[in-house]
Amino acid sequence: MRVDIAEVEHVALLARLQLSAAEKEVFTNQLNAILEYVAKLNELDTKGVEATYHVVPHHNAMREDQVKESLPPKVSLENAPDQAQECFRVPKII
Amino acid sequence: MYRLTIHELHERLKGKEVSAQEVTGLLLERISTVDPQIKAYLLVTAEEAMAQARAADKRITAGGIALLTGIPLAIKDNMCTQGIKTTCASRILENFIPPYDATVVKRLKDAGGIILGKTNMDEFAMGSSTENSRFTITHNPWQLDAIPGGSSGGSAAAVAADACIAALGSDTGGSIRQPAACCGAVGMKPTYGRVSRYGLVAFGSSLDQIGPLTKDVEDCAIMLNAIAGHDPFDSTTLNIPVPDYCKVLVKDIKGWVIGVPREFFGEGMDPEVEGNVTAAIKVLEGMGARVKEITLPHTGYAVATYYIICTAEASSNLARYDGVKYGFRSPAAKELMTMYRETRSEGFGPEVKRRIMLGTYVLSAGYYDAYYRKAAQVRTLIKEDFERAFQECDVIITPTAPTPAFRIGQKVQDPLQMYLSDIFTISVNLAGVPAISIPCGFSNHGLPIGLQIIGRHNDEERIIQAAYTFEQNTDHHAKRPALA
Repeated sequence: MRVDIAEVEHVALLARLQLSAAEKEVFTNQLNAILEYVAKLNELDTKGVEATYHVVPHHNAMREDQVKESLPPKVSLENAPDQAQECFRVPKII
Repeated sequence: MYRLTIHELHERLKGKEVSAQEVTGLLLERISTVDPQIKAYLLVTAEEAMAQARAADKRITAGGIALLTGIPLAIKDNMCTQGIKTTCASRILENFIPPYDATVVKRLKDAGGIILGKTNMDEFAMGSSTENSRFTITHNPWQLDAIPGGSSGGSAAAVAADACIAALGSDTGGSIRQPAACCGAVGMKPTYGRVSRYGLVAFGSSLDQIGPLTKDVEDCAIMLNAIAGHDPFDSTTLNIPVPDYCKVLVKDIKGWVIGVPREFFGEGMDPEVEGNVTAAIKVLEGMGARVKEITLPHTGYAVATYYIICTAEASSNLARYDGVKYGFRSPAAKELMTMYRETRSEGFGPEVKRRIMLGTYVLSAGYYDAYYRKAAQVRTLIKEDFERAFQECDVIITPTAPTPAFRIGQKVQDPLQMYLSDIFTISVNLAGVPAISIPCGFSNHGLPIGLQIIGRHNDEERIIQAAYTFEQNTDHHAKRPALA
């Protein structure tokens, strides 16, 4: 499978990236080189092999539903690029 | 004094030969002497360190000394430090000041450890040379035109240059072990789940693990004792007892079976690396271990599997950098979608963008099964390789990296070549098993070479014992670079 510039543009949109014309070209070439390399996985027959998403056995880690101390709003907002009235402020959405 | 290990310095602090304040002062002086050439640190927190040293001295006077009390340490800049900038070597977090400490940082502080500062790394821990830092390049203390390895290159270089006593790094595909090998330090990636990731900036969540970078194996055990264990803030930590790793600092591997995987030796391996690793295996054999050739048949697929899984996880983890809650926001954007896209495009460097692109692609509609699911299945095969191999051996020994440290700039234009520097370390993360890298010799050009010892799940003890036995019968770890 090879990707072209249009597909790179589509993926960039999904990833919320804005690529320059030069970046689009470089990434198209590099992604193709990497995809060509990883295609070697197709040499392996994995029919019926279970997928591993976690390497150690895990079950739901539950705890008692108790209220614990959390960060106060003022502290949570300290790193915000923009804030007002104890909220994060963002550019106009609609 | 700055050349000492944790255990050596501890004896002097305990004997009141020196105070924590004196030691911290000397280390800060050492940093100002050597770091202008090495550039291991992104931030030196001198004032805070001296305050912590005063507190440590009080504790020592009161008779409450622990092994890490008064020991100056360095922290990779992807672990949150309360009130101290944590940048991940990225523009997007350039001004981020965490409101809390990562669990590992808290544990070191609680033990009385002193934080000297935050070390350089590849941006978001993505890289094998520390050249992907957005702020500075770190130099290998053994040879300034060589890379220190990556992504924990700053921590490894700081340890090797005696600009700290020990350090923490993080390892997603080799990022502790490969820089340890490049800089002649000891570096361990514990079993997945052994050490809390709470407060570690996430990259590949099913692979990331924090571990120590130290001057010898005993220090590695001391650091691991301090940071290992279940954490209610990280539900992926293992809720099982943590042994005392200092108890296995024993010089004995008589009767042990050392597995040597044939896939790791052969074509393309640097002859100096092969020579030194083969000699190291002979040393262990001389100490009573039995060497057995084993097979890890899916080794050749590890890099491909890794670059699908880690980029998929990264693209999802890094979706949080949207310019809203913290970090950089592009000032120009007047509308939300443009703000997201401009913020992320200006905030992330090329390697991070490349991985986000690849990860987004392999997870996108129509490609998920062909790439991501396929890789997760191959991951099962790789994990089973290890389980099978460990039925017939106690530990597995390989080189840590295919070559000694390469020159700065040599591989920056070719991401795939860079990815292949992790060829010997990556399968360990995919399988979730623990591994250590220890120095086992030097190239003709005077660059260190690392030996990797891999263990079973939750069996850090055996790799520490094997590493200690090797180290105590050799003197590679005692050598230091000749810095001005």
